[in-house]
Amino acid sequence: MSPHRTSTPGRARPKIVADEVTAGFGDKTVLRAISMEIEENRVTAIIGPSGCGKSTFIRCINRMHEQSPIARIAGRVLLDGQDVYDRSVDPVLLRRRVGMVFQKPNPFPTMSIRDNVLAGLRLTGTLRRKAATEVVERSLGQAALWDEVKDRLDDPGGSLSGGQQQRLCIARALAVEPEVLLMDEPCSALDPIATARIEDLLHTLRDHYTIVIVTHNMQQATRVSDRTAFFLGGDLVELAATDDLFTRPRDPRTEDYITGKFG
Amino acid sequence: MTPRALIRLRARNGRGRAATPLRERLIEIGLLACGALSVLVTAGILLVLAFETFSFFGRVSLAEFFGDTRWTPLFADKHVGIWPLVAGTLLTSAIAIAVALPFGLLAAIYLSELASPRARRILKPTLELLAGVPTIVYGTFALVFVTPLLQRVVPDLAGFNALSPGIVMGFMIMPMISSLAEDALYAVPGSLREASYALGSSKLPTIFRVVLPSATSGIAAAVTLAISRAIGETMVVTIAAGQQPNLTLDPRVPIETMTAYIVSISKGDTPTGTLEYQTIFAVGSMLFLMTFAMNAISHRMARRLRHGAGQA
Amino acid sequence: MRAPGPAQRRRRRTGERLFFLLCLASVLVPLAMLATLIGDVVLDGAGRLSWEFLRGTPSRRASAAGIWPALIGSLTLIGLTALLAVPVGVAAAVYLEEYGRRSRMAGIIEVNIANLAGVPSIIYGLLGLEVFVRLFGMGSTVVAGACTLALLVLPVVIMASREALRTAPDALREGAVALGATRWQAIRQVVLPLALPGILTGAILAVARALGETAPLIVVGAVVFITFTPDLGSQYTALPIQIFNWVSMPQKAFLDNAAAAIVVLLVVLLLLSSTAIFLRNKYQARL
Repeated sequence: MSPHRTSTPGRARPKIVADEVTAGFGDKTVLRAISMEIEENRVTAIIGPSGCGKSTFIRCINRMHEQSPIARIAGRVLLDGQDVYDRSVDPVLLRRRVGMVFQKPNPFPTMSIRDNVLAGLRLTGTLRRKAATEVVERSLGQAALWDEVKDRLDDPGGSLSGGQQQRLCIARALAVEPEVLLMDEPCSALDPIATARIEDLLHTLRDHYTIVIVTHNMQQATRVSDRTAFFLGGDLVELAATDDLFTRPRDPRTEDYITGKFG
Repeated sequence: MTPRALIRLRARNGRGRAATPLRERLIEIGLLACGALSVLVTAGILLVLAFETFSFFGRVSLAEFFGDTRWTPLFADKHVGIWPLVAGTLLTSAIAIAVALPFGLLAAIYLSELASPRARRILKPTLELLAGVPTIVYGTFALVFVTPLLQRVVPDLAGFNALSPGIVMGFMIMPMISSLAEDALYAVPGSLREASYALGSSKLPTIFRVVLPSATSGIAAAVTLAISRAIGETMVVTIAAGQQPNLTLDPRVPIETMTAYIVSISKGDTPTGTLEYQTIFAVGSMLFLMTFAMNAISHRMARRLRHGAGQA
Repeated sequence: MRAPGPAQRRRRRTGERLFFLLCLASVLVPLAMLATLIGDVVLDGAGRLSWEFLRGTPSRRASAAGIWPALIGSLTLIGLTALLAVPVGVAAAVYLEEYGRRSRMAGIIEVNIANLAGVPSIIYGLLGLEVFVRLFGMGSTVVAGACTLALLVLPVVIMASREALRTAPDALREGAVALGATRWQAIRQVVLPLALPGILTGAILAVARALGETAPLIVVGAVVFITFTPDLGSQYTALPIQIFNWVSMPQKAFLDNAAAAIVVLLVVLLLLSSTAIFLRNKYQARL
């Protein structure tokens, strides 16, 4: 499929550019020559049926895909014009600029709420003691969790509800001050109310971060994203402004998917 | 926000301590070295045994070692036939297994098939206590309590004999059999039991005709492991079985096991380099080979259990 | 096929009951033996237990003999053994679980550890004798004994630590790596704290095992008659050695001494195991 690089005015500059990214596990190919741009300070949603490669794609952006011993990858991923797969790039440093939130909230159980937020900085040895309190308040505030936990910062991370845990994980990711936030179906394990709170969050985060959110919920994509990409069977079928994709899809497969004919 | 460097610079990147890949690599090598120590230990054992045993067989021929039926390396009239020691070891081990197998197997059946969850929760860990008592305590018990007790029942039972430590060893290793056999029984799929009940069979025939046969590999693995343990046991037999190498199958007389012999020589002042010194390594090699063979067989059986889901 | 009649059903039920009792007996009889053992030891030894016994030194007169050098020797021994075996064992376990999952070296190491776990303890004594006492020139000192015992309990520590590391969910490792941590940073700050209860339990199991070992120590030269408090460079003795010596003497008074020393040994073991269980529960509760 040809890449969709429309240049309508009012578009932000590309923060991340995928260039013919092909990836898989062992013999299985999961992504086929994906080329797309992700705009800065916008929310880009990736939708598609299960197994179409959405999660693998974002894991290729922060080089988490290669954590698996049988992972294969080809192509380039440019962050601010620099290929993150270049030999000289350290994936560890990359992941401090590109953060990730997972499907199932995974706060560190042996740490308190406060320590969880600071975990990213402590783990990488970049925490400045004096700034700690300020970092905790700022990050929890950005994740819309501060008011709920400000009096119990020493409670264990696991003592929160599911939705709160996920916001804690978001706070943890934000504390490292990344530029990009990758979210892999962050609400699929949460109830509707918790989901709504996180969706509200994304509206405020967008001003400071570039967000890529994988979701199997099309309504969610329409609610939170500026642009949406539709993946099918490892191919990028269509990438457009969200409104355009859902009201005037150009590819018949996109239309079939969003009208519920499959997936 | 200004873009930050992705490339690792040699110097600090201004944002605090950066762990260099070199340090990561060094840590990985250090951890690997700790793991590789176990390989060194195995090599060490093999080398040490081989070295001294080789020297030993420079002085003593294989024919003598395996042909003679007397073991008197310290006497003026030296005989270095290994059989009395092997016989002593095998005799005590056989008695131990004769005790441990029935008790262990029946206990495993009880815990796996018959016990209520509450009984199981209490009795299973309590049984493990048996394995936690030091062997020196068992040895003392065998000599001081069990032997006099048995002397009342068994005619002509000597103060040092094979029967008493054999029985005590049996109880000592019984938890090993019961625990491993229980795992084997547990691994038998519930569907097999259900099929048996559905055919109208009751509990007992199901256990004996369906469950046990399916678990034979696992049970065999447990038994061979227990045999290995019994062969390698030292203190119980050293204290209660005696220090008289005796080629006999009579459990009522004193004997000496391979392990007890090594202890008796080590206790004294045997200068290194002498034949007496080397005998402990020759006997040790024999001991090592026997236990290794048993462990290997047990491992084979356990693998069959895992791959065949317990099919014999 | 005729349905079983009432007489047959009764017979079957009686058969089942008898078998049930037989199996239950197979569990209870060994436990009864253990109870008898402990009872007998306590009966024989309780009379000899006193402060003088604990602080005294061995003597030709049974009534004057004490276990102080043996007690100090044992405690020093297990302390050194733990110091040697636990860090190395945990490091090896970390390598096997976190770094070496697919490497051939890891497979070789695993097979080795499984084999070593089945080697009789006296063989470790022979190894220690040749390598530590003679080759390294340590002589028959506590250090040589501790090195020997450390090798003996190493497989125990490694296996327990591996189990502990496995309880840490992969999602947490992924979370740490996604934040930009290196592998070691993730292990040290996220995985190891989670695995701590299991590792501690393994360490205490190893120490308890080392405390009760006799055969390897005899082979590496722990002697029996020490009237001074041993230090790291001198000859030494240990509780099990002292017990062994007293049991080998015909006079009943020495047998009573042995029983008393056994009581001390069992009490120390009990304290160790209880600490292990307490620590493990305490750490598990905070998760």
